Amino acid sequence: MAKTVALTGNVACAQAMRQADPDVVAAYPITPQTTIVEEFSTYVADGLVNTEYVTVESEHSALSACIGASAAGSRVITATASQGLALMWEELYIASSYRLPIIMHNVNRTLSGPINIHCDHQDSMGARDSGWIQLFCENAQEAYDTTLLAVRIAEDHRVKLPVMVCLDGFIISHAIDRLDMLDDDDAAKFVGEFDAPITMLDPENPITVGPFDGLHGFFFEFRRDQELAMLGSQSVIEEIGQEYGQVSGREYGLYEAYKLDDAEVAIIVLGSTAGTTRVVVDKLREAGVRAGLLKLRSFRPFPAEAIAKELAGVKAVAAMDRSLSPGQIGAPLFQEVRSALYDHEPRTPVLNYIYGLGGRDVSLANIEQVYNDLSQIAEGEPVGSVIRYLGLKE
Amino acid sequence: MSWDFSNIKEWKVGDHPAGVTIPEGGTAHQYNTGGWRSEKPEWFEDRCTHCMICWVFCPDTSIEVEDEKMLGIDYDHCKGCGICAEECPVDAIEMKEEEK
Repeated sequence: MAKTVALTGNVACAQAMRQADPDVVAAYPITPQTTIVEEFSTYVADGLVNTEYVTVESEHSALSACIGASAAGSRVITATASQGLALMWEELYIASSYRLPIIMHNVNRTLSGPINIHCDHQDSMGARDSGWIQLFCENAQEAYDTTLLAVRIAEDHRVKLPVMVCLDGFIISHAIDRLDMLDDDDAAKFVGEFDAPITMLDPENPITVGPFDGLHGFFFEFRRDQELAMLGSQSVIEEIGQEYGQVSGREYGLYEAYKLDDAEVAIIVLGSTAGTTRVVVDKLREAGVRAGLLKLRSFRPFPAEAIAKELAGVKAVAAMDRSLSPGQIGAPLFQEVRSALYDHEPRTPVLNYIYGLGGRDVSLANIEQVYNDLSQIAEGEPVGSVIRYLGLKE
Repeated sequence: MSWDFSNIKEWKVGDHPAGVTIPEGGTAHQYNTGGWRSEKPEWFEDRCTHCMICWVFCPDTSIEVEDEKMLGIDYDHCKGCGICAEECPVDAIEMKEEEK
């Protein structure tokens, strides 16, 4: 039987880690780290898990230790945020290129400077080409569920890619939310025994991990292989999300379409703002506005074909970005959504709303304003400025 | 398990193991790095006390040793960093400019 609890998103993640019982957790325990690993360390101290808990001197070392442990054949989970993820930069690429099934929470907090500890997606967005699967969560329930899903996805031998579980800093990580947890036995059964894809600790079968490409020139082909693994993970993410639905009653795909079937105007968004948007959709629907929401859960892999299909027939779309890409035409989600729709006729106008940077609050009124803008375009008003800033003082 | 990479230059997408993990250990031995050298260590056996300090300090595995005696230098892998010559307490190793 599932039990209903009230936990912060961070504790919900730590509880899912406890149920997955990782062999190794290596983490840097000081700012910008959040309470995920602090909470988990109490489970280690209380003997609730069989985890070797390694406190290291930096986030760079944290992921390095995780890479070593994973290559040795351990189930490995860690957590980071913001500057911590930035310090892990080179190791992100190493982990994914070794095809190690490491699971890492990234509590989405902006990158300095100026120093600002609050929520935006700049940290995760910078890692979008690193070869990690990136799953975004809407609330503490999803943070908990996605942790268990991530273990299965990363460790699936058809995938073998590290998975970043992204949850909005403070909004999800530190706020107490109601959620349902699986029983320990059910959770353990769902994640299953870890079947290590490689192990460096078998003297009978020595291996070389992370070899030098030199001038042999397999690097290009290798990168393409990595891309194919990422693309191929889409169906596995969906399959495991369905299986989780049978266990928990909560099914997860690459995205969630909310009232999109007959929608004329739609927002596509990542993270907790999807919850705010859903409330606005319901309100507008009552007023007769055909508003819809596409909550993207999997930013990597990016389900471009499915997004194009879901948004076909919508007259105006807003891609909401909680990050900014100076010098680019709009921010990452917008670029990719618009690119996904480019080849489809009639070509739907896509606006970019950049919002919530450095934890700037996004209100129901803000979201309603976006839908109002979209409705005007849907009725034939000129599109005007494509890149827009929501809640910016200007 | 052994790893046949004789035609690695012809390998296409999907031909190498995931993560290019090689099902074999010690593969660095098969990759000669001696060509990177601009200076060459020269060993003078008559001065050598076989203290093994060069063997300890060599960042590669280029000091060849058998039965606790130094045999010479593996020029296929020595990159010519000169640490052995620097650390040798009896100056039994000298760095000489590599000849073409």
